[in-house]
Amino acid sequence: MKKLINKPEDVVVEELKGIELAHPDLVKVHYDPNFIVRADAPVKGKVGVISGGGSGHEPMHGGFVGKGMLDAACPGAVFTSPTPDQMLEATKAVDGGKGVLHIVKNYTGDVMNFEMAADLARAEGIEVESVLVDDDVAVQDSLYTAGRRGVGLTVLMEKIVGAAAEAGHSLKDVAELARKVNSQGRSMGMALTSCTVPHAGKPTFDLPEDEMEIGIGIHGEPGRKRMKLQPVDDIVEMLMEPIIKDIPYKAGDEVILFVNGMGGTPLIELYVIYRKAYEICEKHGIKVARNLIGPYITSLEMAGTSITMLKVDEEMLKLWDAPVLTPGLRWGI
Amino acid sequence: MAITRNEVLAWLKAFIQVIADNKNYLTDLDSAIGDADHGANMHRGFQAVLTKLPGMEDADIGTIFKQIGMTLLSTVGGAGGPLYATFFIQAGSKLAGKMEMDLQDWADALEAATAGVVNRGKASLGDKTMVDALTPAVEALKLSVAENVSFSEGLKRSTIAAEEGMKATIPLVARKGRASYLGERSAGHQDPGATSSFFLLETAYKTWSNSSK
Repeated sequence: MKKLINKPEDVVVEELKGIELAHPDLVKVHYDPNFIVRADAPVKGKVGVISGGGSGHEPMHGGFVGKGMLDAACPGAVFTSPTPDQMLEATKAVDGGKGVLHIVKNYTGDVMNFEMAADLARAEGIEVESVLVDDDVAVQDSLYTAGRRGVGLTVLMEKIVGAAAEAGHSLKDVAELARKVNSQGRSMGMALTSCTVPHAGKPTFDLPEDEMEIGIGIHGEPGRKRMKLQPVDDIVEMLMEPIIKDIPYKAGDEVILFVNGMGGTPLIELYVIYRKAYEICEKHGIKVARNLIGPYITSLEMAGTSITMLKVDEEMLKLWDAPVLTPGLRWGI
Repeated sequence: MAITRNEVLAWLKAFIQVIADNKNYLTDLDSAIGDADHGANMHRGFQAVLTKLPGMEDADIGTIFKQIGMTLLSTVGGAGGPLYATFFIQAGSKLAGKMEMDLQDWADALEAATAGVVNRGKASLGDKTMVDALTPAVEALKLSVAENVSFSEGLKRSTIAAEEGMKATIPLVARKGRASYLGERSAGHQDPGATSSFFLLETAYKTWSNSSK
């Protein structure tokens, strides 16, 4: 294992220290239990929006804490859901009197830990609503799986829902909007390499030089199938086709098209991917209203990409364009 | 014969060592079908338990179990955290106030613990989870109680049942947890959660069988 770390067990806390030193104007960091919170939290009269999950996906979620997006983020160990005490303390820290929304990616551990945290927060008199993100079309949603994973759509949801909370919407409205975003967004990812969890010390899976994994998530886990590497245009077709078919997206739809890097893929390749994905949308008569291109929800140093499409209406676009000021995403300010 | 509070603490210390020794093994199992963190997570949680043990010298068995559950809840994370926390908290509620336990108590405690895990994780037998090791172990314990065998024999039977359940996860296709995303590709690998659950029962057998004959 070659990593720029000291000890595996210190990575998360040392990262948090770095964030604290880099962005004191935007966020505060709380230790034991660990969470990152908006510098001006709690904001009176505003719904608090929090999320959390394993570390290793940076800038998500901690990098999205700030004005117009998340009020707090709870980082777990690498690829490990955070614990209920983190979410409980974060919920208390951001409660401005209008309740708190939990954005939960659909993974067994995240769901269980957030459920327990929401129960504890409600017992302390805080109104909590939870919304699941489960946008990964690579997983069949059936009785025989834990359901679809929450992946790229999480970033778009945090931005749009955060803007709605900032604009003063009620907890009920913010939660409803989040569920609408979830119902209209889909993603699919692929990997050229595995990644190495610091504690494990070696790559989670072996992937020969000339092969790729299609249908991966964001935890270095193997995907649905392994195949020979192909030209990027063919790969983009393989990702876009199941996404478009799923909802399905139709001619005349307006979408936000998000091409995400998994951590080890350079922007030059992401733009090559975006070009092809854009062409496919055009071919289907789908209008790309906005885009996001870059490594925003990563899987450590994995090389690969995921594509997310979110069908938007005028309200969602307005919220997408609203000002945001976080370490990882900022515009309009 | 009965198992005393001190023997419960001895079992826990032995289990903490088993987890430390098998940290990489559990992580390797998890790398194949999950996300390569089960060993590290269990180790982190049970090292935290280790630091709490000195404060439990005077506690009853139920309190010991509950405190372990609360410690795991705030230190493990992932799916294993809430599941093992629930396991110990539910077992603890059956053992409340007890300074020693007999085979019936242990069977009742494990039955409640396993029911708690099933409820929390919504998994059933055959889903390729820790339930596959725990459920047969509970059945073996209940049968041992009915047949009035010794505590030691009951522990032995529950360990064998857990081991068979653990090994039976190998050909299964996972239906719960992160391994379920792999579909058919999850077959051919032993479930890491079932493995740590087997260790828990095996360590109880190894630690207690001499004192409970």
